[in-house]
Amino acid sequence: MGLLRYESQVRPPLVDGNKDYHQVTEDICRPVETKPSKLWWIGFIISVGLLIFGIVSVTMEVMYGTGQWNLNKTVGWGWDITNFVWWVGIGHAGTLISAILLLFRQGWRTGVNRAAEAMTIFAVMCAGQFPIWHMGRVWDAFFVLPYPNTRGPLWVNFNSPLLWDVFAISTYFTVSLLFWYSGLIPDLATLRDRAKLKWRKMFYGVAAFGWTGSTKSWQRHEALSLVLAGLSTPLVLSVHTIVSFDFATSVVPGWHTTIFPPYFVAGAIFSGFAMVQTLLVVTRKVLALEDYITFEHIEVMNKVIVLTGSIVGIAYLTELFMAWYSAVPYEGFAFFENRLNLNSPLGWSYWIMMGCNVLSPQIFWIKSMRRNLVLTFFMSILINIGMWFERFVIIVTSVYRDYLPSSWSTYYSPTIWEVGFYMGTFGLFFTCYFLFSKFFPVIALAEIKHILKKNGENYKAKMDGIEKESLLEFSEKHGHDHGA
Amino acid sequence: MAVKKFITGNFYDEEILFPAVKKVRRAGYKIHEVFTPFPIHGLDKAMGLRDTSLHTAGFIYGITGTATAVGFITWALTVDWAINFGGKPFFSLPAWIPITFELTVLFASVGMVMTFCYLCQLAPFVKKDHFNLRSTDDTFVMALEATEKTSDDEVIAFLNNIGAKDVSVQYKETGWWLGRYDKDTMKFAKKD
Repeated sequence: MGLLRYESQVRPPLVDGNKDYHQVTEDICRPVETKPSKLWWIGFIISVGLLIFGIVSVTMEVMYGTGQWNLNKTVGWGWDITNFVWWVGIGHAGTLISAILLLFRQGWRTGVNRAAEAMTIFAVMCAGQFPIWHMGRVWDAFFVLPYPNTRGPLWVNFNSPLLWDVFAISTYFTVSLLFWYSGLIPDLATLRDRAKLKWRKMFYGVAAFGWTGSTKSWQRHEALSLVLAGLSTPLVLSVHTIVSFDFATSVVPGWHTTIFPPYFVAGAIFSGFAMVQTLLVVTRKVLALEDYITFEHIEVMNKVIVLTGSIVGIAYLTELFMAWYSAVPYEGFAFFENRLNLNSPLGWSYWIMMGCNVLSPQIFWIKSMRRNLVLTFFMSILINIGMWFERFVIIVTSVYRDYLPSSWSTYYSPTIWEVGFYMGTFGLFFTCYFLFSKFFPVIALAEIKHILKKNGENYKAKMDGIEKESLLEFSEKHGHDHGA
Repeated sequence: MAVKKFITGNFYDEEILFPAVKKVRRAGYKIHEVFTPFPIHGLDKAMGLRDTSLHTAGFIYGITGTATAVGFITWALTVDWAINFGGKPFFSLPAWIPITFELTVLFASVGMVMTFCYLCQLAPFVKKDHFNLRSTDDTFVMALEATEKTSDDEVIAFLNNIGAKDVSVQYKETGWWLGRYDKDTMKFAKKD
């Protein structure tokens, strides 16, 4: 065990303070078992308010049709699809943290993965609203499913990227939900076994599915987590790839680009990590979980942000180069006139995108900035504004001035109901997140305990000095036949 | 479904648990289960449990998803109602790869989670006997099955000797039943 548990002193601890297993349980269950703070109530009420605004906006749209939105020729996709892509992108960080980092054996993921996975699920729920309500006749939404119908049956078009999207988003939501919940079951069992109140015993008893933590169950649980991680990894890449196909397979200048899949995936992880930072910088403070979501976690995520931000930056430049190199006048017009030209009607949006996504994250090359909470929070908001504008730029600036100048709609601006719908998804997202942080452990209990003796501050301190011993001495002293 | 007699010992450190498991097996006692608050790598092997076949099940579900997608789309777009989409061939496999992939992942994930729940007997309103509530918090609980031949005192002494704390004799139900954790009623009558 000693040998397996050893991790170099070069790596800082991931759990601060003098913790044992019971203390970890106490710390993480405390927010669930105590009454919510005033701050929680304020946040929750604001979120519900936004959600109601959203419901009103959607009701208006359903009653009076999509004409309630300022979509028109040639801007058939405006805020709605921008918001759709933005929310789906945000979801990606959760899967990246829970799945890809599990495969890469990154210990730090355990502090943030549960909240990030929850964020994924809520973000995908928000994203799904947009294409659904955009349909207009939403009561016919089930037409997108290939079911035996009385019209032939006339099947859906399996060659269409929009149908691929239906499958991608619904699969992504289902798999994320299963992954998240199967991870939650043991932690819910912990809450159940600690419960004093009748309703808690009942609620967590039902939710924990009768989990006991037997070794055989854990063995299967580990196998399940690993395979689900292995499945989610290509899945998350495929989802944003398919979202990018919505654009890339068209022949619209500005959309018809082979670079879209990797560019969209990098952008999705970029904005998703920014949203994780927004949530966790606040969560760790409000729920007093600073020992579990440490500066180390914040710094690592900022490193991911500067990496993916730079990848996105290279993608922007590549697009410009390809527009010039292709020598297609329409491509050139889309990129150099509609976007790059600050004096064009929507040129400002391109430069907001460039400033927020490419220039501003470069500050994270400096270590002290990566560990600055206020700056991290500010940057996380800025990046998500930038990433929203990226989608706006891609979608709207490519279509608002097309081949025919007489049909140009040079000032596409949203109506109150378009804005309200977007705000409503914020309401949905944060209502869900507030409820999650109240009723579920926001940190993966069992997983923190799993790494505690390797990455806990007090345990690491005990291991100090091991590096000074020779390897032979070390294995004689600490190693033993583990498998037999 | 049967109530059996168990002798349980609690361990507070996996460093003690691992050698203890080995000693128990060497002494020839039957380990009913070890309950732990988090997965301990290598404990399954130490206990002599065989590897799970959940991976294989997942692979089979995945293949089923692939076959379903390719088979269904092929039938729908070439046999049942072939439609000319932009002059492309009816059988346009490359365009079906995204949906095929998604269904592979969907079938594999849903199938595996359902199999996992089935094997571990996990479902809402399922209730099982717990040897020690702290086994989901910070304690590793080892339950040894007692037979007619076992001498309780001998096993208790043995468990104390290998580092177990609070060793006790417990009568527990081995299976599951439908019930709620806030109520003690069992749907099935206990046999003594």
